[in-house]
Amino acid sequence: MPENRYEKAPRPGQGHYVAAPEDVKVGVVDAVSTDEAPSSMWREAWREMSHRPLFWVSVAMILVVIVVALVPGLFTSQLPRQGCSLANSLLPPSGEHFFGTDKNGCDIYTRTLFGAKASVLVGLLTTAFVVVIGTVIGAVAGYYGGWLDTILSRLTDIFFAVPFVLAAIVILSIVPSRSALAVALVLASFGWTTIARITRGAVLSVKNNEFVTASKALGMSRAAILWRHVLPNSAAPIIVYSTVALGTFIVAEATLTFLGIGLDPSTVSWGGDLSAGRSSIRTNAEIMFYPAAALAFTVLGFIMLGDVVRDALDPKARKR
Amino acid sequence: MTPRKRLVGLGAFALASSLVLTACGGNGGGDDTGEGDASTGIVSVGNGEPQNPIIPTMTNETFGSKVTSNVFAGLVYYDAEGVVHNEVAESIESDDNKTWTITLKDGWTFSDGTPVTAQSFVDAWNYGAYGPNAQNLSYFFEPIEGFADVQVPTDDAGEPTGEDPAAEELSGLEVVSDTEFVVTLAQPESDFPLRLGYSAFYPLPESFFDDPEAFGEAPIGNGPYVLENWEHNALIELRPNESYAGEREVQNGGVDLVAYTDEDSAYNDLLDGNLDIVTNVPASAFGTFEDELGERAVNQPAAVVQVMNVPEYNEKFQGEAGLMRRQAISMAIDRNQITETVFSGSRTPASDFTSPVISGWSEDVEGSEVLDFNPDEAKKLWDEAEAIEPWGDEPLYIASNADSDHQSWIDPTCNGIRDTLGIDCEFDAYPTFDEFLDARDNNEIKGLFRGGWQADYPAMSNFLGPIYGTGAGSNDMGYSSKEFDDKLKEANGASDPDEAVELYKEAETILFNDLPGIPLWYNNATGGWSENVDNVVFGWDSDPLLYQVTKSE
Amino acid sequence: MLWYLGRRLLQVIPVFIGATLLLYALVFLRPGDPVAALGGERGLPEAVQQQIRAQFHLDQPFFVQYLYFLKGIFTFDLGNTFTGRPVSEVVADALPITFQLAIMALLIETVFGIGFGLFAGLRKGKLFDSTVLVLSLLLIALPTFVTGLVLQIVVGVQLDWLPVTAGRDPDVVSLLMPAVVLATTSFAQILRLTRTSVIENVTADFVRTARAKGLSRGRVVNRHVLRNSLIPVVTFIGVDLGNLMTGSIVTEGIFNINGVGGTLFDAISRGESVTIVTMSTVIVLVYIVANLLVDLLYAVLDPRIRYA
Repeated sequence: MPENRYEKAPRPGQGHYVAAPEDVKVGVVDAVSTDEAPSSMWREAWREMSHRPLFWVSVAMILVVIVVALVPGLFTSQLPRQGCSLANSLLPPSGEHFFGTDKNGCDIYTRTLFGAKASVLVGLLTTAFVVVIGTVIGAVAGYYGGWLDTILSRLTDIFFAVPFVLAAIVILSIVPSRSALAVALVLASFGWTTIARITRGAVLSVKNNEFVTASKALGMSRAAILWRHVLPNSAAPIIVYSTVALGTFIVAEATLTFLGIGLDPSTVSWGGDLSAGRSSIRTNAEIMFYPAAALAFTVLGFIMLGDVVRDALDPKARKR
Repeated sequence: MTPRKRLVGLGAFALASSLVLTACGGNGGGDDTGEGDASTGIVSVGNGEPQNPIIPTMTNETFGSKVTSNVFAGLVYYDAEGVVHNEVAESIESDDNKTWTITLKDGWTFSDGTPVTAQSFVDAWNYGAYGPNAQNLSYFFEPIEGFADVQVPTDDAGEPTGEDPAAEELSGLEVVSDTEFVVTLAQPESDFPLRLGYSAFYPLPESFFDDPEAFGEAPIGNGPYVLENWEHNALIELRPNESYAGEREVQNGGVDLVAYTDEDSAYNDLLDGNLDIVTNVPASAFGTFEDELGERAVNQPAAVVQVMNVPEYNEKFQGEAGLMRRQAISMAIDRNQITETVFSGSRTPASDFTSPVISGWSEDVEGSEVLDFNPDEAKKLWDEAEAIEPWGDEPLYIASNADSDHQSWIDPTCNGIRDTLGIDCEFDAYPTFDEFLDARDNNEIKGLFRGGWQADYPAMSNFLGPIYGTGAGSNDMGYSSKEFDDKLKEANGASDPDEAVELYKEAETILFNDLPGIPLWYNNATGGWSENVDNVVFGWDSDPLLYQVTKSE
Repeated sequence: MLWYLGRRLLQVIPVFIGATLLLYALVFLRPGDPVAALGGERGLPEAVQQQIRAQFHLDQPFFVQYLYFLKGIFTFDLGNTFTGRPVSEVVADALPITFQLAIMALLIETVFGIGFGLFAGLRKGKLFDSTVLVLSLLLIALPTFVTGLVLQIVVGVQLDWLPVTAGRDPDVVSLLMPAVVLATTSFAQILRLTRTSVIENVTADFVRTARAKGLSRGRVVNRHVLRNSLIPVVTFIGVDLGNLMTGSIVTEGIFNINGVGGTLFDAISRGESVTIVTMSTVIVLVYIVANLLVDLLYAVLDPRIRYA
C-alpha cells in the first residue's frame, strides 16, 4: 500500500497551534465545522475515497470475486461435479486441469470458481447480520446508557452463553434447507455479541467528545447526533473488525462443515473443499491451497476497502 | 476424520483385525516358557473415554470393551483368529443345541479373592437380562428361556404399564453346583458357545450387587489385568492380575489406555514415540502409514461390513422394477476403485454380507456377482426398470449422519452412480447421529441409508439374523422374508458346523436375490505400533491382544 | 463506583436466569432423541429408553425439567451424565485446563497483536505494514484444523521442538502449540484493531499538540497514542477471553486436551442438557467478569468515561 500521506506528523513548532492537550479539545472546532453541513459527512467520505487508487484496486478485487460468484460459468466450461472420476484422482495441474484435481477426481479450478458463490454469500450475509444487529444494539447501549445500556448489555451476555454448535444444530433443523442463509444465521447468532461490545466501547469513548457536547448545545436531537457524529467517529473499529471477521466467517463455514453442521453437502464451497482436503493433508496438502488462496484474495479486497473507508470517515485524519 | 468419536455407531467402526499368521506363530513358543520371559514395561495404547460405566453388560463400544475384555474372563475366549478356547469353562455341552450344560474349572477367583462360581455367572446374566436394570447388552440374553418375563411389561402401544416384570430371574438358568449350571434356550442355537466370549456373558463378583455404581468406576474382575486407576477422559491403568488363572498370560508390566478424541493426534504421538500402539489410523494417513511404519503396520479386513440399506417402505424399490433398481445401483458402484483411491486400501471390497475374518466366509457365495462393477448391465437393468415405472426427477439420496466422515465415500459413490445410471445422486446429511437414528427409526429416510455392522462374536449368524431376520433389532429396513427366516432357523439348529456354514451361505444367496442391503466393503483393521514394543497381534475383533505384547523398560 | 460494581454484580442474577432458560429451550428444541442414540446403531429396548428418560426427567415438560435443573444448582447436586459421571465433576475437570489455555492464548495474541499492530500503524503503508497484512491474511484464510495439524506434524513430529500432544497433565511448554493455534485468528483481529486506532490517534490533533510541545516520540506513543488506541482493543480482548473459554473443539481435539470445547461438543452431540447448561453458564460468568473489568478499564483509559 503506497498511500501514506497522513503519515507526516508535524514537527515541533509546525503544528497549527499550540495548546495544552488535555484542557482544550480540538474536537470543539471540528464539531462546529461539520455541524454547518451535517449531511455532507458521508458524501465527503465518498469524495475522499474516490480519489484514492487503493479504493479502486479493492473495488476491482471485490468485483472480480462477485462476478465469479454470480456467473462462474464465464471462466470455465465445466460444472463442479461434472466429470469427477476416481480414475482422475489427485492429478497434478495441467492444461486440462489448471489447478489439478482433488481426491474425487474433480477439477479444482472449476470447484474453486463455483465455490465462490456459497462462500462469499455466507461471509457477506453473516457480516451484514452481525454488523446491523451488533451496531444497533451496541450503539444504543453505549450512547443512551442508563437502563437501556443495562438491558441491552445483559441481553448480549445472555446470547453469548449459547454455544454455536448447539445453535447450529437447532437452527439447521428448523430451516427448510441448509443454505448459505441458514449457515449465515447460525454464525450470526453467536457472532453479533462481539461487535455489539466493540461498538458500545467505541461509542462510549466518542460520546463525551466536546463536539458531541457542542452539538447537543446547538440543539441537535440525540438520534441525529448519534447518526451524524458519534457513529462515523466510532466506525473505525467496527469496519476493521467486520472486514477481518468476514474472512473468519468464511473459514468458520469450513469448520462447521468439518463438524457436520455446515452447508448442504451438495453445495460447493471453499470451506467444504478445505474440510474435504484435510484427509489429504499428509500427502497432497497442495489441494487446499486454491480454496484458501481464493479466500485470502477475497478477504484482502475487503480489508483494503475497509481501510480506505475508515480513512475517509476519519475526520481527525482529514484535518490536514 | 471423526472430530470426536462417540457411541458404538461411530466409535466402533475404524478397527483392527487378525494379523498375518506368521506374526502369531512367532511368539507361541515364548508364551509357554512361562513368566521368566515376561517383559516389565508398561504398554501405552491409544483409546478413548469409555461411554458407560465398566459393567460388562453395559459396555457396547470399543473404548469400554478394551477394558472389559482385559479385566474380565468369560467362559471362553477368542484367539487372534476368532477360534474359541475354554477359559473359565471346563466344558460346554449340549445334545440338542437347546439345553446346554456348562461346567467350570476349579481355582478361579476374582481379584478381590472371592471365588468364581456358577452363581457368579448366573447372577450376572440375570442382572443383565432384567429389564429395569436397563443394560445396553440385555438383548444378548433374549435367546434364553424366560427372557420376556424379566422385561418391563408394556401395553399394545409399547408404553410401559408401570408394573414390575413378571419374574426377577431367567427361568432358563439353573445352578446345579458351584461349578456347574444349565442354560435352557427358547429354541436351538448351534452357535451358542461361540457367543460366550462376548462381554455380556462375563461373571460378576458379589460385591457388584451391593453397589453397581461404585463397581462401574472400579470394576473387580477375574481377567488377566486389574483396573488400577481410571482418570476420566485421560487414562486407564491396567496392571497384571496376580490371581488370574487362565491361559492369557500377561507378558508386560501393564497397559495404559490413553484417551484420545482425535485419531490424528494419537497417530502423531505414535510417530513421535509417545505412544506404543494405535488401533485406528486416521484417514489422513491411510496412504502413508504402511510406508511410515513398515513392519509395524496392520492393514487387514476386520469383522465390520458397510452396507447401503434399502428401506422396504420406499415404493421405488418395491416389486420387480424395485429389485432391478437395487441391482443396478449395486453394479454401478466400483468398489475396487473406491477402496483403493478414497480409502487408500484401508477397506476391502465386499463380496458378501459377513466378513473375511469369520470362519465359513466365502468369496463366491451364489448370487454375489451383483456386487461386481458392471456399468453396462447396471444401465441396462435401470432402463428396464424405467420401462416398467419411471423413477422421476428426484435424485437418489444416500442418507447418513455427517458428524463422522461419510461424505468422503458418499460423494464418489454418487459420482459413479450419476455417471453410470444417468440419474442425480445426493448425500442426505443428518447433523447428528441421533437425528439420523430418529429419521431411520421413524421411516423418514428419503433414499438409501448407510448401515454398518460390527460382529459381537466371530460367527456368520451374527451378521445375518440380527440385521435381516423379520422384526430383528437392527432390521432397520423392515425387510421380511419367510424363506430367509426359515433358512436361518435351519442353520441355527444344524448339528454339524460345516452343514451350518452351507446353510448360512444359502441364506446369504436369498439376501443377494432380494438385496435388502447393498454390501459395499469391509472395514480394515488399521493400526500400528512403535519400535519399543514387540509381539503385537491384532485379533479378529480389531483389538490388539494386549496381554501378549512385550516391552522392555 | 462501589455502587456501580454492586449493581453490575446484581445484574448477574437476571443474566443467569435468562441464559439458563435460553439454553434449556435450545436443548429442548434440539432435534433427535438422545436416549435412542445411547445404544449406538443397535438401539435400546423401548422400555429401557423409557426408564432412562424417567431417570433424567426427560419425560417431563420443559419447565419441570428446568426447575429440576435449578434445584440441582441450589442443592449442589446436578446428577449424572448419560455415561454415569457426576456433571459437576465433568465440568470441574474441563474448566481449569481450558482456563489455562485461554489465558496463554490471550497473552500471546495480546502481546503480538498489540506489538505488531503498533508498529504497523506507526509505519502505515511501509514494508512492515504490508508484510504483517499478508501474514495475518494467511492466518485468517486457513482453518484451525489445517494450521493445527500442520503445526503438530512439522513442529511436533518432524522437528521435535515441542510435545506433539498436551498429554494429561500438561505444563506450559506442552500447551504452547495449542495456545498459538488458538491465538491465530484473534491475533489478526487485535493487530488490525490496534493498527487502525494507532493510525487514527497518530494524526489526532492532541497528539500533534503533544509533539508540538516537544514531547519525545516514544513518550507520545506511550502516553497518548497507545492509551487512546486501546479501547476497541481492550473491548475485543475482554470478549475474546469469553470466546476462548468456550474452548475450541478442533484445537482441543488435535492436541488431545480434555477441555471445555470437546466436553461441550460431546454433551451437545449427546443432548445432555444439564452438562451443556452448567458448562455454558460457568463460561458466561467468566465472560461477565471479564467484561466488567473491561468496562472499568474504560474509565482508566479514557477519564471522560465515568460510572456512577
